[in-house]
Amino acid sequence: MSQVGHIPGNIMFDGPMATKGYPLNKMCYSFNNANGRKAFLANEDDYCERFGLSLEQKQAVKKRDVIAMLEAGGSIYYLAKFAGILGLNVQDVGGLQTGMTTDEFKAFLVQQGEK
Amino acid sequence: MAKILGGIATSHIPAIGVAMDKGLEQTPYWKNFFDAYPPVREWLYEQEPDIAVIFYNDHGLEFFHDRKPTFAIGAAAQYENADEGWGIAEIPPVRGETELSWHIVNQLVEHEFDITVCQEMKVDHGLTVPLTLMWPGHKYGHIRVIPIAINCERHPMPKPSRCFDFGKAIGDAIRAYSSDQKVVVFGTGGLSHQLDGQRAGFINKPFDLYCMDKIVNEPEALTKFTNFDLVEQAGSQGVELNMWLAMRGALQGKLTELHRSYHLPISNTGAGLQLLATSDAV
Ligand SMILES: [Fe+2]
Repeated sequence: MSQVGHIPGNIMFDGPMATKGYPLNKMCYSFNNANGRKAFLANEDDYCERFGLSLEQKQAVKKRDVIAMLEAGGSIYYLAKFAGILGLNVQDVGGLQTGMTTDEFKAFLVQQGEK
Repeated sequence: MAKILGGIATSHIPAIGVAMDKGLEQTPYWKNFFDAYPPVREWLYEQEPDIAVIFYNDHGLEFFHDRKPTFAIGAAAQYENADEGWGIAEIPPVRGETELSWHIVNQLVEHEFDITVCQEMKVDHGLTVPLTLMWPGHKYGHIRVIPIAINCERHPMPKPSRCFDFGKAIGDAIRAYSSDQKVVVFGTGGLSHQLDGQRAGFINKPFDLYCMDKIVNEPEALTKFTNFDLVEQAGSQGVELNMWLAMRGALQGKLTELHRSYHLPISNTGAGLQLLATSDAV
């Protein structure tokens, strides 16, 4: 990719980020499986430990801090599976990342069709 | 020789599948979106394709980062869908078409696309939502499917120009296949959306409309973009335009645009639907 610059508010999920995020993404990949989801909910700390999450990743998971998870190498496709466990959809996650309520975020989406 | 009847580009947002599961098609939020589909379904019904070649991306069902192909094709008699973790209902197995798959693989490798071949492969919403949209009620049992996955989740990703050429090589392979079968090609995903970061919710309607304009007769205008350009113009998931470009690459000759629609927002996305028929369509 010819990476010519930085796009504000965007983290490119590239090789180095994938390396950093590997344990976190691997844990979230396991949430495809109902047993994985159940095991996480039964004992979060233990489950994070099992996948070898870094301290930064564990804290981000504990705080449900999506931006911190992305900065720790999380891929949104896998974090979406985590959000599913929490009963959050992509508008909820959008709101969490942009500091809006879900309704404000939905209104923001609609506005972009009016431009 | 096998014939390509045309190409269909459609969004593959999971929320569409969920809405269909719940029967929400005629509710205010969804009505305009779903009302765009019947003309395309009717065209498929009239054309009676035997095989659907579907360009999609795997969002973490079959391919995790431990082994993630840039381009992958299925060569299986059947493909299963499975739990993706956030509650979209699974659909019944999809029939495969191994003979044409292997023919495409041979031709691709001959033309220096050294593709990953999967003799077993779970297909995710990227493929199942378009199938469900085209043949609601899981009535896709008559059609044989060849899934072709393009990496759109982890950079580096194949360039738009490369995806177009990849599609062209697949189109050439299909047209060189000695069989009287009829094929329809799908480009799925897009258009502009960004799920992650403080930039979440970014949608670029003018850019999406530009892409739908250019893809018909001037796809070179789109293949000159880099993936960085696509992220900038269409959001981090806007790179899914690459599947549309692969579909377009597979089409040849004079095209007739039989349908175009665009709705925003569907979930976090600008959702496009487009049908391009070739002169081989009846
Ligand atoms: Fe997608």
